[in-house]
Amino acid sequence: MELILIILVVAVLVIGTVGLGFVATRRRGRDLELESDAKILDRAGVDLDSDTHDAGPVDGTVDDAVDDAVVEAEPEVRTDDIIVKPSFFERLGKARSAFAGYLGDLVGMSRVDDEAWEELEEALIRADIGVQTSMSLIGDVQAKAKETKAEDGKQVLALLKERMHVELADKDRSLRLDDDTTNVWLVVGVNGAGKTTTIGKLGRRLVNEGESPLMAAGDTFRAAAAEQLGTWAERSGAEFVRGSEGGDPSSVIFDGVQAAAARGCNVVLADTAGRLQNKANLMDELSKVRRVADKDPGEVTEVLLVLDATTGQNGMSQAKVFTEAVDVTGVVLTKLDGSAKGGIVFAVESELGIPVKLVGLGEGADDLVDFEPTEFVDALFE
Amino acid sequence: MFDSLTDKFEGIFSRLGRKGVLTEADVEEVLKEIRVALLEADVNLAVVKSLRNRIRERAVGEEVHKALNPAQQVVKIVNEELTASLGGETIDIRYASKPPTVVMMAGLQGSGKTTSSAKLARWFKSQGRNPLLVGADLQRPAAVEQLRTLGRQIDVPVHSEPSDPVSVAASAIEQARSTGRDVVIVDTAGRLAIDEALMDEVRRISDAVEPDYTFLVVDAMTGQDAVTVAEAFHERLELDGVILTKLDGDARGGAALSVKEVVGRPIAFAATGEKLEDFDLFHPDRMANRILGMGDMLTLIEKAEETYEKDEAEEAAAKMLEGQFTLDDFLEQMQQLKKMGPLTNLVGMLPGLPKEARDVEIDDREVNRIEAIIKSMTPAERADPDMVDASRRSRIASGSGTNPTQVSGLISQFGQMRKMMKRLGGMGTKKVRKSKRKDAKRGKKGKGGGRVTPKGGRTTPKGSGRVTPKGEKVGKSPLMLPGLDRIDDADLERMAEELEGFES
Repeated sequence: MELILIILVVAVLVIGTVGLGFVATRRRGRDLELESDAKILDRAGVDLDSDTHDAGPVDGTVDDAVDDAVVEAEPEVRTDDIIVKPSFFERLGKARSAFAGYLGDLVGMSRVDDEAWEELEEALIRADIGVQTSMSLIGDVQAKAKETKAEDGKQVLALLKERMHVELADKDRSLRLDDDTTNVWLVVGVNGAGKTTTIGKLGRRLVNEGESPLMAAGDTFRAAAAEQLGTWAERSGAEFVRGSEGGDPSSVIFDGVQAAAARGCNVVLADTAGRLQNKANLMDELSKVRRVADKDPGEVTEVLLVLDATTGQNGMSQAKVFTEAVDVTGVVLTKLDGSAKGGIVFAVESELGIPVKLVGLGEGADDLVDFEPTEFVDALFE
Repeated sequence: MFDSLTDKFEGIFSRLGRKGVLTEADVEEVLKEIRVALLEADVNLAVVKSLRNRIRERAVGEEVHKALNPAQQVVKIVNEELTASLGGETIDIRYASKPPTVVMMAGLQGSGKTTSSAKLARWFKSQGRNPLLVGADLQRPAAVEQLRTLGRQIDVPVHSEPSDPVSVAASAIEQARSTGRDVVIVDTAGRLAIDEALMDEVRRISDAVEPDYTFLVVDAMTGQDAVTVAEAFHERLELDGVILTKLDGDARGGAALSVKEVVGRPIAFAATGEKLEDFDLFHPDRMANRILGMGDMLTLIEKAEETYEKDEAEEAAAKMLEGQFTLDDFLEQMQQLKKMGPLTNLVGMLPGLPKEARDVEIDDREVNRIEAIIKSMTPAERADPDMVDASRRSRIASGSGTNPTQVSGLISQFGQMRKMMKRLGGMGTKKVRKSKRKDAKRGKKGKGGGRVTPKGGRTTPKGSGRVTPKGEKVGKSPLMLPGLDRIDDADLERMAEELEGFES
């Protein structure tokens, strides 16, 4: 036992001393940061130029390594079908039935008592909105109810929804696509959030809208991630660039931008490897990817954070840290067709001001739809 | 990131003052905090409610312990309840008498089934088994290719064919028998719990292979929905256990507790990193601390035990406590500590450290710079840093590629830390040692002193002289790690106390 105490003391000593240096240099280094960034960028540029040749084949087709059989075995994608955009409500239908009538009692109440208020708060918590955000929302609504003398359940619920709508209203949820430049949409997120699938669906969407996207397989870490994206590219008719597994993601994205410019594609959908936001080195890598992607002729016009709807309170930490690293411009909420409500994006949007732009509502290629705040809020209570 | 629960509770209890027993009102107020803490950790609401009731029952009327303050006492109860809920039954892998032993993986999309399958195969291999991986995820593009790549990395064969998941799984059993593979791990496609067709399919796969173990793969970041998902899968598949993934993230992982409560089956394995070897049996006691946001002491202890030789560490500590610690010793300790992982992670695991200090991110490159500075000193300078004057300073700076300000910063910071350690040597450990002897006689754990310092009432005169005023130019006077100057004797003692609590 004493051994541990001793080690701790040593740790405190070391950390204390190291901490000093760190804080000191941090402050001192502030001004120099920009300059050194520029240097890194320069170096990256040099590396990239010389790396281009060994970064692996720049290929417009799916890599041969993909098991043809596997591709065949996948469910048929109805590319020829008429595209019917699924409505939010339709897709949420399945999930909603599981919760139907949850707040039914409340709606029928003539006077909302303490217990009912608590139930209302719990409904928000159950949707992963978070306990602090839920408490403050309920607090606001209670005050408002008192002021407007709203008493029955229906009125109170309406007030709460209205309060939430206000929070989500008037946000620019469009995806930025500039003319006369090679747009880069960088797709980031933790492992398993659905980045590659999102790019696949996004590519298809863009093709259908008459744009010409190029998918760049920047996830060089996960086994067969490039093959997965390649399959999507083939299905959607997007151009495709990949590097070698374990290669430098920045160079793949750089190649992607170059190829897009050469082939006349106006938007690069840049995939990145999933990373947990507490891994500082991986977040640094991501910042570099963003800087490199922004080099001429590329211009990063969207940085989309992919959040899994089943994610709980950690979603807030994800949004914060990714925003610090790469300046996230929008959230894609995936897997909302399950029973999860994705309430954490409410907290993300209201506290960090990052708009939710897209929602994944199913496995099909056309199941990536625009975010509808009103329907989202309504669905939270169903 | 999170206030530790103990901090919060101390606030409450200092307001309440000290009483002989914990009254219902005391406990009720604390329970509110517990509710918030658990919900913030993504523990399911229903599970939080039942936990609260159990904690209330145990805590009310409890005599205030002599050794612990009320806050610590309640935290201890909460911690014990959580550990009990998370643990209990552990998984005991029994191999089928007629091989192969079949393991099936199921879960939502993106929870980590494919990676976990490979990690599990590696684990079985390390147990002396010959696993076969089965790629029955024909849904996600290139999922089988991913499994094949991972299989190559761990030298485990992968069986798959482009038919349908059920027949792939079924034929895998035959394949395993004919090739002498004694464990079969079936990776299935991710599916939503509400997708009837796919849930039906996974049931058919299960019927075809009759798994000895069915594991639900759960992402540690999952929110309130974890319960719904676990229930749905359990209903269809009769789960035998849970594999908790992405535990290397900073999610507090309340989902683990929710799932455990609902399914009633043990959390068998935990995945703690991107590498295939980052996978091991699950430790409920660590998870309880994590959910409570209390720093992962046990991991720290284990890491320390791996890294440190007891004698060496004791020698170093003795020197330190007597104020004899030199920069040479410091260098050596720092190198040892580095083996335990990034310093930022270590700070997060230290108990009793003020929040401001805990949240600081430390760049490990900084450690290298300090190493360079010390290595550029002569042995005499390392033994007595006070002898470093301006000319020595600039020599050291140019030798280490730093600047004189950084050199003097290091030296003065080191001096302060040394003083602090000496202070600790003066009181903390001696007391601990004494109380340990006492405890040994009495045959009971815990500190005998019974000192309670309410957080609010503490003043920090010792720190006041050292804090750098905000506007002052950096480097002129020593900076402290934020909050570290606030560590006083009480904190040091508290660290010692908390450590005692972990001894078992």
